Amino acid sequence: MKLIENAAGRLVPDFVNGKKQVPYKGVGKYKPKGKKHAPPIRSCADYPEDGSKVVKNLKEALKKAGLKDGMTISTHHHLRNGDVLTNMLFDTIKSMGIKNIRWFPSASFPVHEHLIKYLDDGTIHHIEGSMNGPLGRYTSEGKMKGLGILRSHGGRWQAIQDGEVHIDIAVIAAPTADPFGNATGDRGPTACGLLGFALADSIYADNVIVATDNLVPFPCTPWQIQGNNVDYVVEVDSLGDPSKIVSCTTQVTKSPDRLLIAEYIAQFFEDAGIMKEGFSFQAGAGGINLAFAVYLREQMKKKGVKARFIRGGSTKYLVEMLEEGLTDYILDGQTFDLEGVRSMRENPNHLNTSPFTSYNYHGKGNFASLVDAAVLGATEVDINFNANVVTHSDGYLLHGIGGWQNALFGKTTILAIPSFRDRIPVVVDEVTTLVGPGELIDVIVTERGIAINPRRKDLLKATKVSSLPIRTIEDIYEEVNSICGGKPAKPKLNKEKVIAVIKWVDGTVIDSVYQIKK
Amino acid sequence: MIKTVKSVAGKQGKSNRSDCYIEFTLKNSGGLNIELKSKVESMYGDSIRKIFKEMCRFYKIKNADIYVEDYGALPPTLMARFEFAVKRANPELQREYWPEFNNDNLYKTKKDKFRRSRLYLPGNTPKLFPNAGLHKPDGIILDLEDSVSPSEKDAAQLLVRNTLRTIDFYGAERMVRINQLPKGLDDLKFVVPHNVHVILIPKCESGNDVLQVEGKINELKKIYNVKNDIYFMPIIESALGILNAFEIASSSKNNCALAIGLEDYTADIGTQRTKEGKESFFARSTIVNAAKAAGIQPIDTVFSDVNDINGLRESVLEAKSLGFEGKGCIHPRQIKVVHEAFAPTKEEIEKAKIIIEAFNKAKKKGLGVVAIGSKMIDAPVVKRAENILKLGNRQ
Repeated sequence: MKLIENAAGRLVPDFVNGKKQVPYKGVGKYKPKGKKHAPPIRSCADYPEDGSKVVKNLKEALKKAGLKDGMTISTHHHLRNGDVLTNMLFDTIKSMGIKNIRWFPSASFPVHEHLIKYLDDGTIHHIEGSMNGPLGRYTSEGKMKGLGILRSHGGRWQAIQDGEVHIDIAVIAAPTADPFGNATGDRGPTACGLLGFALADSIYADNVIVATDNLVPFPCTPWQIQGNNVDYVVEVDSLGDPSKIVSCTTQVTKSPDRLLIAEYIAQFFEDAGIMKEGFSFQAGAGGINLAFAVYLREQMKKKGVKARFIRGGSTKYLVEMLEEGLTDYILDGQTFDLEGVRSMRENPNHLNTSPFTSYNYHGKGNFASLVDAAVLGATEVDINFNANVVTHSDGYLLHGIGGWQNALFGKTTILAIPSFRDRIPVVVDEVTTLVGPGELIDVIVTERGIAINPRRKDLLKATKVSSLPIRTIEDIYEEVNSICGGKPAKPKLNKEKVIAVIKWVDGTVIDSVYQIKK
Repeated sequence: MIKTVKSVAGKQGKSNRSDCYIEFTLKNSGGLNIELKSKVESMYGDSIRKIFKEMCRFYKIKNADIYVEDYGALPPTLMARFEFAVKRANPELQREYWPEFNNDNLYKTKKDKFRRSRLYLPGNTPKLFPNAGLHKPDGIILDLEDSVSPSEKDAAQLLVRNTLRTIDFYGAERMVRINQLPKGLDDLKFVVPHNVHVILIPKCESGNDVLQVEGKINELKKIYNVKNDIYFMPIIESALGILNAFEIASSSKNNCALAIGLEDYTADIGTQRTKEGKESFFARSTIVNAAKAAGIQPIDTVFSDVNDINGLRESVLEAKSLGFEGKGCIHPRQIKVVHEAFAPTKEEIEKAKIIIEAFNKAKKKGLGVVAIGSKMIDAPVVKRAENILKLGNRQ
């Protein structure tokens, strides 16, 4: 493995897990040619005419799917930290004596700490997805056998279509399904809303297993996953813990400083002219984002302004806006609470989207770039507006990318961040890991003021008379350093040992993550 | 020959964000051994150790074991905690270790500055300090009294001192609530040399209480060569205090405001606070009259239900109608509401403009008496109109 410098000036490996890589070339610069990857041809003659693809258990399904050493297994993360199925899946794989699996989840959660023992014993070779919390720590310490690969939600779809990742077996947790394999996430005891993150897997995998704890007679409608793509259906006792599926990060923050940030963003929407009739925005489920939505809603009511659509992460706050007529539509990528699930089931204007419609690099356009403004978070932002969402300033890999890189393509990207956390500066001279290039990041909003990217002369002009505390990013950076007691030292990393790579939305490698030096 | 002495300082447990816990063992030999567990080790580990080494040099400590759990404490907090650990191990030690003074903190105040909102910060909870000023209260109170547990009073003195020296409050008036006298007199030497603007004197019962504080401050001002004015806000919290309200309000030219604390007052008269507040009407009205008679600002008690923003708004409007000019805040989210509620109405601003205009016209013409229609306008009316316009501009 050799490290080469990419267009962002970052060193990235030429080969990852034995596969040749393309270094990052710049935003919109890399456009692969050729045909998309395709799953093998199947014939309905090979499937039961009565439509029942039910097999007795997961082991049986995996056996029938031809599970072998070194295969790629995919899962989705709509069950979030309540996911029981994935752990059960790997328990089963282990019991079958299988080794060297490439796990390809759409994201991982702390509940998957359970899998560390399978990384240790060689059942799992490496993870391509996100390495959150405990798995990130494990990876950072250099314990994973292969290199981790982190992709955005859109990048995951792109990697499947490019053939960069060929899924041998997709295991799809389905809160409701029928014996034919039609499946939905919007109902059932472990309802999670939608199943968009599993859609590519269902279309492109060699073998598709649907696992459900709520098997209903044919037809299961709506079919978010089409049974015609499904090979086997398995009934399990429970897919997960409902209280952990739909309850994460859906409380409005109580921190006065974070509320102040949210208030600034809402006012920025108004002062910069973003909040106008028929506008659109994206808001996630972090504490600041929820509070921002609450403030914006008040402003919209006051001014009599209505949005055309809101992109979520839906929560009860967005649902209320939909029901009050403050937006015509919610375009939902994942549902964060039960109100979101209910609304998606009942309200035809609460639409279920997937990374294909919204984020995919190989789509003929995508929704993300239609959004007027996206409010996102970050672990670090540097004075060139480059941002990091995967590692902390101590160098540890602790988060996935999610849809963050993809959402940067909105017309105005706003990062809502505290300027420092305890004593950890968030505004820094250079990000530990580059995940989003500064040219796509327009505004950062901190409790100490707002910095607008000098490229956005229009925003600077529009907010000239605003009462908001608009400052340069260098100014905020200097203040943070002086509060925290000087410029922080850089993390001690083993620059010889790359433990994971960060993909850009087009499949090129934008940065490397290094092993922590103990 | 020193024997081995062990002391602890700070707070233990990860929930104490931006604070630290220190075990300090003074020894006869073995040199300095620092064991640091810090969540910011990779970023600031070396600079934290440097602080401790420097302070050991300052206190001439050559042999000690220093065990630190750091949860992201800022340098002034680390310094205050370590100084406290050292002093607990050796109570004879008087020398103070002052962090460098932040020149952004040199700004002055005025006796008649607006004091609509004053934000209380518990003096021993460092995580609240750096961002308090961002919420733009008129004043920030570093509290040494009720919000600090008795065993931590002396720890809070050091932390409050370091905070006054280093943390920028972004223009908010720099206030400290000292302890009830006589203990409060000991607090003064930790705040007077560090550009404190206003001292809040709790449970004040007589003019003599104020004079004692003033005497001690004058003493300290000489010792530390302090030139800036330091004003007082006596807080009346008892029946006796209420009956002595005017005496207290007029006891010193450095009084800038007179405040009431209702929790203690209602307990003192043997009743409870109600929403209607009949039980405290006499006391509150007395405060307003005493303050106005003495030419200073009457300031209302705090509103303690942080979640009830509408209740707070109503409470401020009611206080305003009684004549109060300020309200205590215990949460930053209350500040904006307090300012909005104290803001003059459109009608008040229009009326004030007419008064000022008439007054200026009359002055030009050399007229002694000003009238609008049949109403005579005298100096206090003009002053009030000016204040209303000033307040209006604040919004």
